[in-house]
Order: sequence, then structure tokens, then C-alpha cells
Amino acid sequence: MNRFIDSLRIMLGGAPHRPEKEDFTEEAAALHRFKQTPEQKKLRVAAIKAEFEDKEKSHKWRNLRWASIIIVNLMFIVSFHFDVQLVEGALTASRFVGFHMADLNSSLQVVLAHKEILINLVIGTVTVALVWWLVGGRSFCSWVCPYHLVAEFAEKIHLWLAEKKLVSDHEFHRGMRPALYVIFAVLAFVTGYTVFETISPVGILSRALIYGASLALIWVVVLLLIEIFYSRRFWCRYACPIGLTYGFVGSVSPVAVRYDLQHCLHEGECRKVCMVPHVLEMTKKQRATDLKIDIGADCTRCGMCVDACPTGALTFKLRGTGGLL
Amino acid sequence: MAKHLTAKQRTERRMILMSVIAGAGTVGLSLLGFVPIIAAAAKRLRPPGALAEKSFLASCIKCGQCVQVCPVEAIKLADAGDGFGIGVPYLDARTQACDFSCDAVQCVLSCPTGALTHEIDKKEQVHMGLAQLTRPNACLARKGEGFKGLARGADFEGTHRYVEIDRWNPIKIADHPYDLELCDLCVRECPIENAIKLEPMSDDPTDKRRTPVVQEACVGCGMCEMICPVEEPCIEVETRKMWGTA
Repeated sequence: MNRFIDSLRIMLGGAPHRPEKEDFTEEAAALHRFKQTPEQKKLRVAAIKAEFEDKEKSHKWRNLRWASIIIVNLMFIVSFHFDVQLVEGALTASRFVGFHMADLNSSLQVVLAHKEILINLVIGTVTVALVWWLVGGRSFCSWVCPYHLVAEFAEKIHLWLAEKKLVSDHEFHRGMRPALYVIFAVLAFVTGYTVFETISPVGILSRALIYGASLALIWVVVLLLIEIFYSRRFWCRYACPIGLTYGFVGSVSPVAVRYDLQHCLHEGECRKVCMVPHVLEMTKKQRATDLKIDIGADCTRCGMCVDACPTGALTFKLRGTGGLL
Repeated sequence: MAKHLTAKQRTERRMILMSVIAGAGTVGLSLLGFVPIIAAAAKRLRPPGALAEKSFLASCIKCGQCVQVCPVEAIKLADAGDGFGIGVPYLDARTQACDFSCDAVQCVLSCPTGALTHEIDKKEQVHMGLAQLTRPNACLARKGEGFKGLARGADFEGTHRYVEIDRWNPIKIADHPYDLELCDLCVRECPIENAIKLEPMSDDPTDKRRTPVVQEACVGCGMCEMICPVEEPCIEVETRKMWGTA
């Protein structure tokens, strides 16, 4: 329970703490001590060296994920242009083979602004909440959101430029996202307009893909330029209220990435590729309080760390099913 | 004061300041959406069943499902220039009016939030606005003139369902030439019964001149505005105008 609350605190912008002595399980403490012995240190250094010699990067999860983003968004586009009633609407609200779906954050904005609740919206919202609870909450971000995909390309350019020392990453305080979340909720309620939708790159991009290019895409381009030249993954990391909404849903989700201290050599490869590296704090030396830990609420289940981990210490797990899957 | 801070504290302070600026910038940008609302520049014709403008903007979830079901593709989504109205559906009647080809106000049925109110289910219950004779002097019927040819020219993309040609599928207006002794297109193509009539302009029975008179049944769908063959249409829908108001 404690770890759960801590994962919410970190998602809301809190910095990860170094754990206290009494937080560690006996097994974890023993394993940390064992890893610190001179003999093991030597073995670790050798093992890491070997890793980097025959380094073949896996992109299994990334490729699956890109396929998922493209297929889902293509379904929307195809449904409209060829009039097959598969997924009608846009990511803000849709009908999947006739069944109502509504984005949680868009519904929230509408309900706060309009101050009335409609049964279809309730059906759509509950359905979507259930679906994303089942598959991991912020998995919406990395497996469906079209902005996530274009932002990944922007990130690649950013990292390439950073390597050439042409740009550097400027971090922002992650508390900005919950602050924006509250501000936009209050603004919707007070003004009676869905203020956030005006700048939501997810809505703008989804509608542009389906209904054709719009002027509003300029804002999406501006965001991408910010992410390329100034701050890595700025929108998804520090701003997007949609991500936070799904983060709450995913905090109690059965699908999670699980960390295994026993297999970990603490190379830090996972944190380098992660969009939300604060959730991977336990992969640092002497930080994991248990032998196995599920990654916290802010994790988008993108699988980049699973792909990047040279030792298989990070894997997708279905919680509560024991060794069944 | 500042010199007592360590480098780390200074970086931290700078980061928090930058975050406040970035956050304020984001909120500020979104609030620019107020400008078109206050200026009320775009008085849009909304799809059938739309709630009062303010409630409509609030309750619309900007998904475009109404766009997808419309058989004549009359519904468009507004762009960033509409501010808070971004992604909200509207019609440009002159380009493509709502002609109720769908029979059952499909856009209303498709709306997931009731921004297009589910309280209506017949075209006669719709109230988008009222047609107004805005350029009476140019009206062919008022001049006693007929009309021969394509109502909007060969390049016009707009479609309309001509029940006598195809009960189920709208066709291009450009594919449907007319030959009328007296132009009555606004009355002829009006999809609502008793919404518009041609009335004589004098008691003289040899006087061919007639004037279109909009009736209370008019729902403001804009079909007359689209079909009017005069460039700059003589008849236009006044958005959200109610019967009996100035």
C-alpha cells in the first residue's frame, strides 16, 4: 500500500526518495549486500563489458506498439473514408462497432463545462476506463495516442542533436502536469467551455488525421519543435492532463512492467530510454526494497525498458495471476 | 540573498521558474480561445438539434461523429480560428445545406453527449435558424423570371436528394438541370412542408411576379440558400433566429 501511495506521489511530481533501512525486505537487503562484495563487483563489471561487446538491440515491443498506434488510428481513418462502421468518431469520443467510447479527459472537460451528465457519455466513459484499467492505464499514451508516435520521432531527432552537442535537454518540474490538470478542470467548470480541448494535441491530431489537415496543427508542430530543440518529450512528460488521467486508471491495473532485482546489473539502459525515468528509480544500485517490484502508476507500459534491458530484469507481467502467464 | 544559494539550489529555482512560465504559457494559449467567442465573429449555423450556443460549445466532445453520418456531408468541424469552438460542427449552407436526406436526423442520433439534443427525432422539430429574403431585388421570382440550366453551375460540388430521381441517394446539384417558367427553386427544393411559399405580388392575375414568403415551419436548414441560382443568394439563413423576433 505504501509503495502504491508513493507511486502516486511520484506521478504527481514528487521526487523519488532514497529508501530507509527498514523499508528493505530481508531478501532484498541481503542481495544488495551480496552485490556489494568485491568478488561480485568484479563479476558485474565483466558481465556489463561482455554485454556491450555483443550488443544487439531488440525493438520487439516498440515495433508492436508502433503497429498498434498506426492500426488504431488507421481504423478511425478507414472507417470514415470507406464508410465501414468500425470505429466512428475521433479519439475524444467514438463508437466501436456501435458501442460508445469516450476519452476520460474529454468527458471530464465536457461534464465540468456543461454540468450535466448524459447516459451515453457515462457508458462510453466507463467502458474506456475499464478497458484502460485492464491493459495498463497510460498504455493509452504509448499504444494509441498519435501524438506519442510523432513525439517519439521528435525525440529521436532531439537525441541525435544532443549527441552532436547541438541541443541539450531542459528539464521542467513534473509538478506542472498536476497543476495544469487542476487549472484546466477549474477553467472548464468556471468558464463553461472545454478550454483544454483548444490546445489538446491529441484531439487536434486525431481530428486532423480523420477529417483533414487544420490550422490547429501549427500548435502540434510548435510542441514538436520545443521537444526537438529545448526539452525532451516536453508535452508528455510535464504537461498532458490526459496522461495523468490514465495514470490514475493504471495505478491499480493488472498489467505492469515488473523489475527483478536478481537479474539486474544496474547498467541504467532502461532509464536512458524511458519517457518517465522517475518510475525506474528502483533500478539504481541499492534502491530496490524488494526482489521484485512492479513499476509505478506513471509508467506508460511502452516496453522500451523491456527492450533495452540487457539482462531481462524488466518484463511485462499480469498482476494477480501468479505464474500463470 | 541569491549568493547564499548553492549551484544546485539555483538550478532548481530556475527550473521551477521555467515550469511556472511554461505552465502559464500553456494556460494562456488555451485562453486565447476566448477571443473568437467574445468577438462572436463566427456566428455558425449548427447542425440540427444543437443546444443554445454556449451549452453547445460546452457539451460537444469534438469527435465528429455527426460529420461521419451525414449523407450529404454538410457538417464540417471548426478549426483553431473558432477558439473554444475548435472541433465543433457547423454548416455552411451556401456550400452544402442540410437537406434531411437522412430522414431521421442521423447527426442527432450519432451525438454521444446530447450536444445535438436527443429530444428531437423529426426534421420538423429542428430549429437551426430562419430563412430571410436578404436580397429581394435580385430574386428571379420577384422579377417574374424563369430559370433554365444548372442552379449553381457545372463546378458546384453540393449534393441534394431528389426523391423523384433516387429515393435513397443524394446526387450532385450540378447533375440536375432545371427548366422553370418561373423560378421557384427555394420552394421546390425545401425539405420541410409549408416552410416557404410563393405569393403573388399584386392583385393583377396577369402579373407573373411572385415573392418567397418564409413560414413559421421553416427550420433554417439552408436548402433554399444553397439552391438559390443568383450569385450572392437572395435568401439566406439567419442563424438561431426565432420566429416572431426582429
